[in-house]
Amino acid sequence: MSTEASSPSRHILLLFAHPSQARSEVNSVLFNAAKKHTAVTAVDLYAEYPDFNISIEREQQRLLEHDVIIFQFPMYWYSTPALLKEWQDLVLEYGFAYGKGGDALKGKQFLCAVSAGGREEAYQTDGFNHFTLRQLLQPLEQMASITQLTFLAPFALFGSRTAKEEHRITLHSAVWTKLLDSLAQDTLDITKARQLENLTRYFDEQDLHK
Amino acid sequence: MTGYFLQAFIYLLAAVVAVPVAKRFGLGSVLGYLIAGLIIGPVLGLVGEETNAIQHFAEFGVVMMLFLVGMELEPKALWHMKLRLLGLGGLQLLLTSAVITGIAMIAGLSWQVALTIGLIFALSSTAIVLQTFQEKGLQQTEGAKGAFSILLFQDIAVIPMLALIPLLALPELASAINETAGQNAGHGDSLVEGLPGWLYGLVIIASIVFVTVGGHYLSRPLFRFVASSGLREIFTATALMLVIGIAALMGLVGLSPALGAFLAGVVLANSEFRHELKANIEPFKGLLLGLFFITVGAGIHFATLFENWVLIISITLGVMVLKALVLFVIALLFDLKGSNRWLLTLSLAQAGEFGFVLISFAAQNNVLATDLIALLQLVVALSMFLTPGLFILFERVIMPRYMHGSGSRQHDTIDDKGSVIIAGIGRFGQIVNRLLVANDFKTVILDIRSEQVDLMRQIGTQAYFGDASKPGMLDTAGIKQASLMVIAIDDRETAVEMVKYVKLAHPELKLLVRAFDRGHSYRLRQAGADYLISETYHSALEMGAQALRSMGVHPFQAERQKHAYRDIEAQQSDVLYEAWKDDASGVRFDNNYRELFMELQQLIDDALKSDLHDNHSKRRGWTPPPKGYAEEQLKNQKD
Ligand SMILES: Cc1cc2nc3c(=O)[nH]c(=O)nc-3n(C[C@H](O)[C@H](O)[C@H](O)COP(=O)(O)O)c2cc1C
Repeated sequence: MSTEASSPSRHILLLFAHPSQARSEVNSVLFNAAKKHTAVTAVDLYAEYPDFNISIEREQQRLLEHDVIIFQFPMYWYSTPALLKEWQDLVLEYGFAYGKGGDALKGKQFLCAVSAGGREEAYQTDGFNHFTLRQLLQPLEQMASITQLTFLAPFALFGSRTAKEEHRITLHSAVWTKLLDSLAQDTLDITKARQLENLTRYFDEQDLHK
Repeated sequence: MTGYFLQAFIYLLAAVVAVPVAKRFGLGSVLGYLIAGLIIGPVLGLVGEETNAIQHFAEFGVVMMLFLVGMELEPKALWHMKLRLLGLGGLQLLLTSAVITGIAMIAGLSWQVALTIGLIFALSSTAIVLQTFQEKGLQQTEGAKGAFSILLFQDIAVIPMLALIPLLALPELASAINETAGQNAGHGDSLVEGLPGWLYGLVIIASIVFVTVGGHYLSRPLFRFVASSGLREIFTATALMLVIGIAALMGLVGLSPALGAFLAGVVLANSEFRHELKANIEPFKGLLLGLFFITVGAGIHFATLFENWVLIISITLGVMVLKALVLFVIALLFDLKGSNRWLLTLSLAQAGEFGFVLISFAAQNNVLATDLIALLQLVVALSMFLTPGLFILFERVIMPRYMHGSGSRQHDTIDDKGSVIIAGIGRFGQIVNRLLVANDFKTVILDIRSEQVDLMRQIGTQAYFGDASKPGMLDTAGIKQASLMVIAIDDRETAVEMVKYVKLAHPELKLLVRAFDRGHSYRLRQAGADYLISETYHSALEMGAQALRSMGVHPFQAERQKHAYRDIEAQQSDVLYEAWKDDASGVRFDNNYRELFMELQQLIDDALKSDLHDNHSKRRGWTPPPKGYAEEQLKNQKD
């Protein structure tokens, strides 16, 4: 779907975690779109490690080979599904990702592509969920900070359980592809992308149809 | 013929009655045999003259015992404990025999006789003491370890003693006996009679080399050949042939058969056939030794005891006090503290079964006169009878005093991790063994296929050839100390029998068993196995999951299906087992088991299917909230 002519200069690692993909309406669409993108290495973590026996070696090697790291997951209890947590616990070792000699991830960009069942209005300080999505992702933001990753705003879809019925998925997927393009070509305004609450807004303001 | 049967029956009956009773009263089997002998001999007078002939035959049990002692002594392990052996054992033997010899000489005996008596009394009873340690759970105490070193040293020292005693022969006794025995005394079956000294030496060296080298290089191919025939009794015959052959060879060249057997035992200590050999020889040794002790008991002169009871009792007490004193000094020297010092002192204060052996050996070699023999036998026996009393003294009086405070018993370090016995080292057992060994657990591996054992040894796995379905084999493999046994053999019936036996004899031992199929696993469970794995179950599930993946099912979904299958199977297994049991025992004839089995299949099918169909999933897991839930939230938020 990439319309740009120039070949991608940067490599994107997409780590996808979804334990029940047969039921997925949103994430499977995004993941399949990403798989077709030439700059993206799309990893289905639950397919690769169905028994949770993650290969630290392989995962660290993958990290080294990429410039942008994306966690794609459905919001489960205001956090990531279990395997993605396991992945962090195993792969982000002292001396590799943080601490003395641990700057393998330094300068790489990091973002979360999240789908949440709750509506955006519910993810407000005075709303049903009491925190914004970005606030709830603070553990990951701090993880990025200590591992010297550049944390970009989450790319989030709210009300995901009815996105299909409301025909929002096609547009969301188009914006997703556009985001992957810009990341691959390094054309994103990083300062802005860091400050937003939700990366989907980035393209709302500029002209999506351009 | 009938006469022989009658004799044999009397001996066996006495043993069968007396030994278990003696054990029940904490006296140990050696004393049991002695008592049996006492009863059929001096007390009831059922047996008489022939005991002497039988005793010569039974002495072969001693040869076998030394063969087994040799096999216990891995040269490496011996080297490891050389300090303790020489220090504790050497000192005990030296001091005790020196003091007793001295006293005997003061009493007016010739130095040869005095030295023989010193050696006889310096030995303690391995059989009684080790067994008592085990029965009372004292093996791991420092005192018991010291005692063990001393006993081991004594057992080894018996060999040179047997060589030494003939040199002490008294000429006047020899001629006296020769006169009475006439021509019979001259042995006709010696090869070395009349050889010049240098040639004699050469023949002796050659035969020792033959036993050592032959034992090492010839025995293995032989055992392998015999083992591959799969005939159990031929293996037993081979083992017997080996020991008897060595005894005969040694006899021919005028050496002690016991010495030869001991040597052969040491040579075979590292062989993969070690456990199997032991298991085969052990029963013969046990019976023959038992017979030996019975004849000793039967030969005891009550008359001598009654006539000289004051003398005999005071000699016995004197010997025991002396031995205890020496031991106490050694315990002090080796810095044994508290109750351990007393344990060492009291446990080894008796004379032992090897004393009987030396006495009868010395008698044959014309070292001791007949009246002295009767006296010495009484002293040795009496001191052994008193041993349980000493242990009771230790337990009741001494231990309690050291239990609190700085008593060292609580601080004993248990360095035995508790080993695992693995029966069957085929494809199944190997994997189990790898996991255990990699985690530093000690395993003892038994297999009845000698090629398999060879193969394992080639790749550095210490496996033993042996039939794990034989109780004796399991005993030598250390089942008493083991905390776990894995049965991975590929013979259904034997596995079931093994489970039954082990659960009966060692109920606390955990049993992990490989089953073939459902029926087999139920039978094993009924026999008492603690944990069962059907050998094909998990691999088949794995293959099923792979088939699903190959057909494009998501790997995590395939994993979940596997778990679903396993869960239902586990939930139903108890119900099915009970139904099988009823069917098998004929309680019900209505095919209840079959019906339940079909039900199980249906349940599994349902569970697997429901997992596939998304939203109306009966099986839970990552079920998202219903579609309208987000709107409900917003409504709640406004309220
Ligand atoms: C176990 C579980 C926990 C969930 N927890 C949350 C949550 O904390 N917040 C939320 O907004 N949605 C939650 N949801 C809804 C999921 O985020 C929603 O089902 C998912 O985003 C839909 O994406 P999909 O169609 O790709 O599966 C949860 C769903 C599940 C199954």
